[in-house]
Amino acid sequence: MSGSAAADAQIVAEDLVKRFGSFVAVDHVNFRIGRGEVMGFLGPNGAGKSTIIRILCGLLRPSAGRVLVAGIDVARDPERVRERIGYMSQKFSLYRDLSVEENLRFFGGIYRVPRAEFPERMRFAIDMAGLRGREKALVATLAGGWQQRLALGCAVLHRPPILFLDEPTSGVEPTSRRRFWELIHTLAADGVTVLVSTHYMDEAEYCHRAALINQGRIIAIGSPDELKRTALGGELLLLECDALGPTLAALGQAPGVIDSSVFGNAIHVLVSDAEHSLAELPVYLEQKELRPSRLERIHASLEDVFVQLIAVDSAKRRVAA
Amino acid sequence: MKLRRFKAIAVKEVLQIWRDPRSLMIALLLPFTQMFLFGYGVNLDLKHIPVCTFDREGSQLSQALLKHFQVSQYFAIVHNVNGYPEMVAAIDKADCGLGIVIPPDFSERLNDSGAASVQAILDGTDDNTANIAFGYAAAVVSGYSNDVQLSQLDRQGRTLQLIQPMVVQSRVWFNEDLESRNFIIPGLVAVIMALVGAQLTSLTISREWERGTMELLISTPVKPSEVMFGKLAPYLVLGWLDAAFCLAIAVLWFGVPYRGTIFALFLTTTLFLFVVLSIGYLLSVLIRSQVGASQIALVVTLLPTVLLSGYVFPIDQMPSFIQDVTYLIYSRYYVTILKAIFLKGAGILDLLTPILFLVAYTLAVVVLAARAFHKRLA
Repeated sequence: MSGSAAADAQIVAEDLVKRFGSFVAVDHVNFRIGRGEVMGFLGPNGAGKSTIIRILCGLLRPSAGRVLVAGIDVARDPERVRERIGYMSQKFSLYRDLSVEENLRFFGGIYRVPRAEFPERMRFAIDMAGLRGREKALVATLAGGWQQRLALGCAVLHRPPILFLDEPTSGVEPTSRRRFWELIHTLAADGVTVLVSTHYMDEAEYCHRAALINQGRIIAIGSPDELKRTALGGELLLLECDALGPTLAALGQAPGVIDSSVFGNAIHVLVSDAEHSLAELPVYLEQKELRPSRLERIHASLEDVFVQLIAVDSAKRRVAA
Repeated sequence: MKLRRFKAIAVKEVLQIWRDPRSLMIALLLPFTQMFLFGYGVNLDLKHIPVCTFDREGSQLSQALLKHFQVSQYFAIVHNVNGYPEMVAAIDKADCGLGIVIPPDFSERLNDSGAASVQAILDGTDDNTANIAFGYAAAVVSGYSNDVQLSQLDRQGRTLQLIQPMVVQSRVWFNEDLESRNFIIPGLVAVIMALVGAQLTSLTISREWERGTMELLISTPVKPSEVMFGKLAPYLVLGWLDAAFCLAIAVLWFGVPYRGTIFALFLTTTLFLFVVLSIGYLLSVLIRSQVGASQIALVVTLLPTVLLSGYVFPIDQMPSFIQDVTYLIYSRYYVTILKAIFLKGAGILDLLTPILFLVAYTLAVVVLAARAFHKRLA
């Protein structure tokens, strides 16, 4: 996917910066997203995911850098961009005091969906949201999962080639979340480019590529497999012991150890060669009279990778500051 | 501006008004309550002022004078007392606004010198009422003294009329009965339109910000002008409806004369509605909070319309600086227009000057409101 992304980029950010006063919300961010690609933005709340998406939709002006959506410079011609995108904002933003059908009609009118095409598009959206038979229900009366699927329905009513979904699954129960991701993939299979943000780390597995964002910067980007294999820059060991402090200090000088950080009541040790370190580390620690109660290799899930990366990145910044 | 998008916004707004009892109440109930409240509450006419009399003579002549008070529509004798303390008590309790004291030598002096005096005691706590009451009382007394003079001449066998070198015969035009209601109620229509119009639209944009629907709306290709006119259109229709209600209540209930054409009223009311609706919209765009916007809308529409439009308080009696300020008050023009249409039957051509001012105001506010709306979050 990353190969075709470069050739046929639908969304491009170059050195994107957004400042709010002295606070840097987005800090020199670069990425390209190809046609039909599902790109996930992952990261803790306040990492800057929504800010980037809002800049891409033309809702916020970038402080520096450039963003292109469908080949159009958003800062220069936001209106032409808006005709080509669908957007689901983080906060639910359909009209709760309008019915399912009235909301769809409203957005059909706003996007000027051709009248001949509209009945079919409306049927499509209602079926997609699973709301057949509830067309007259006020949106306020729908459960969260339905509301989110209807919001997606409204966002794709005009067949936009690009979709921005800002935390569409937030607050939605797990089965509805899975169903939502299936819808996203159906759309992507039709060639729609999707940029979706989430703070559920496990949802990265659903994306073609994921970017991990922390404090306004992309700290890792790639397919889930790539990230699992390479993002850490080594292999991960789990170490449990009584003397956390001295052990952590000792690991700092240990051979083959790239990094170590406290993780709950254990230590995650990043090493260049797991086999080697499993044999060597106990010996090295024994010399310092430290005896770990447990030392084993962990096969990092994406969530582990992200948590580790974010912990390391945040620690680095604290040191820098 | 695309008709399709304008229509989508307008239809959505209608549905939201329909489902929001608060907007509907403001739009439909407020004009009724205001019309009746102000129509009855604001009455500058003085009639049936309660009078307390102290007749110290009790003669035929003194009783004849009091009879003049009795038959006048301006007075109603409610007490006949026999001493000053009682009269003071009656005035203190505000049982009466005027005390008439006839001296014990009233007839004697009238017959001897042809000049007798009557004492009027007024409750000065409300100096306006006191002044008017005194004026009416003087008129009653002078009417009586004319009668006395005539009857004396009559007795002397001189049928010749009193010589009155000049007589003022006034005839009032447009409000023949000098009913204050007739000039207050047309102005009241302006007050209600200003209040209702700006209140309704002050909610319309701020509601979208508060509910989070604005973020999605501005991510669409919709144009600011489509949003504005789409949102104003339903309220313009509501405003027309309200104006029709007000007109019906004024004419059918309060019996205010309506001498103008409906077209003149329609045209000028539409202009005025554009001004107040746009002011509400502008505030809604700038303030982004429903409570804040509607509070400020109240201050910038109701206050100047009540105080500085000439609706009750005549502009030419204001200090000259304030008079200059009233030219900035859009309601001033509409109140002038309304009074002229209602009472004088003025047409568009007679009202060209205030209409042009209103047009200029409309254009300015509409342009300002259209420009204030940006499709950005910050």
